[in-house]
Amino acid sequence: MRRFIALLLMALALVSGWAKEAVPLAEDPVVEQRLIAISEEMRCLVCQNESLAGSRSDLANDLRRELRNLIKQGKTDAEIRDFMVERYGDFVLYRPRVKPETYLLWAGPFLLMIVAVTVLLRYLRRRDRAVVHEPQLTKDEARRAEALLREGEK
Amino acid sequence: MKAKFLIPLAMFGVLVGFLAIGLTRDPSKIPSVLISKPAPQFKVPQLIEDAKTFAPADMKGQVWLLNVWASWCVACRVEHPLLMEMARAKAVPIIGLDYKDKRPDALKFLAQQGDPYDLSAVDLDGRVGIDFGVYGVPETFVIDKNGVIRYKQIGPITKEALEKTILPLVDELRKS
Repeated sequence: MRRFIALLLMALALVSGWAKEAVPLAEDPVVEQRLIAISEEMRCLVCQNESLAGSRSDLANDLRRELRNLIKQGKTDAEIRDFMVERYGDFVLYRPRVKPETYLLWAGPFLLMIVAVTVLLRYLRRRDRAVVHEPQLTKDEARRAEALLREGEK
Repeated sequence: MKAKFLIPLAMFGVLVGFLAIGLTRDPSKIPSVLISKPAPQFKVPQLIEDAKTFAPADMKGQVWLLNVWASWCVACRVEHPLLMEMARAKAVPIIGLDYKDKRPDALKFLAQQGDPYDLSAVDLDGRVGIDFGVYGVPETFVIDKNGVIRYKQIGPITKEALEKTILPLVDELRKS
């Protein structure tokens, strides 16, 4: 048992030995943090299914270098986005900007929802009207009605 | 009201229409935002006479092509014969932008394949390419007398693009 504990402790010591704090890749973690935040919102142009932050393509590397420089120059996020859009178009942005060309894109889902809800409400209302509400008779009333009908037969 | 059952069919038809159009388009071709905008300014060394520099302003008053190429670029070899043909015919000045290349490799490429360029400018780190929105080599820009970008060919120049688009455009720009 003692041997087992000793082994366990040794194993644990080894594990804690591995657990180092991750070394930051760039000299400036703040810059890198901003770079990741910005480039995750951008499309890599070479491999279009990847974000600029995640892509390992050559162009993505170069663009990250450019963006890093811009961040170091103290440019705002908006200015950096403009830099990219001026060169590569709105296509680089995963989140399209709101402007006349994209109004339909942004409003489209809501318009479709309004249309769908209107159609649904109209359908329900029409169906409601179509159902005939036959008044239900109580037992007493039924007996009286029957009596009256029989009277008419005579 | 009898044709009510046709509504979903009609909607499906519209959907199919949109998808069919989508299929004919190449998603790797991203329309350039630089069309009708002044070409970005740069000043970089030339490839062959490396003591000299090149800037787009040098070409003011001429209609010219900026062809982005590299010795490592396979597709560039595809369009190279067409560029050579254009150079022989002196159709239009072609300036090369040697993109992220090594000088000896680039010089070797031109020695082997021929040099269709009036001169080639060297973009070592791809900085100029980024300003031009280059995302794949080769790309070719048609630039007018005032230094405004008029057309961008993404990927190799084809005979069709050359005869139907590029050369007519060059002629037209020369007249204006």
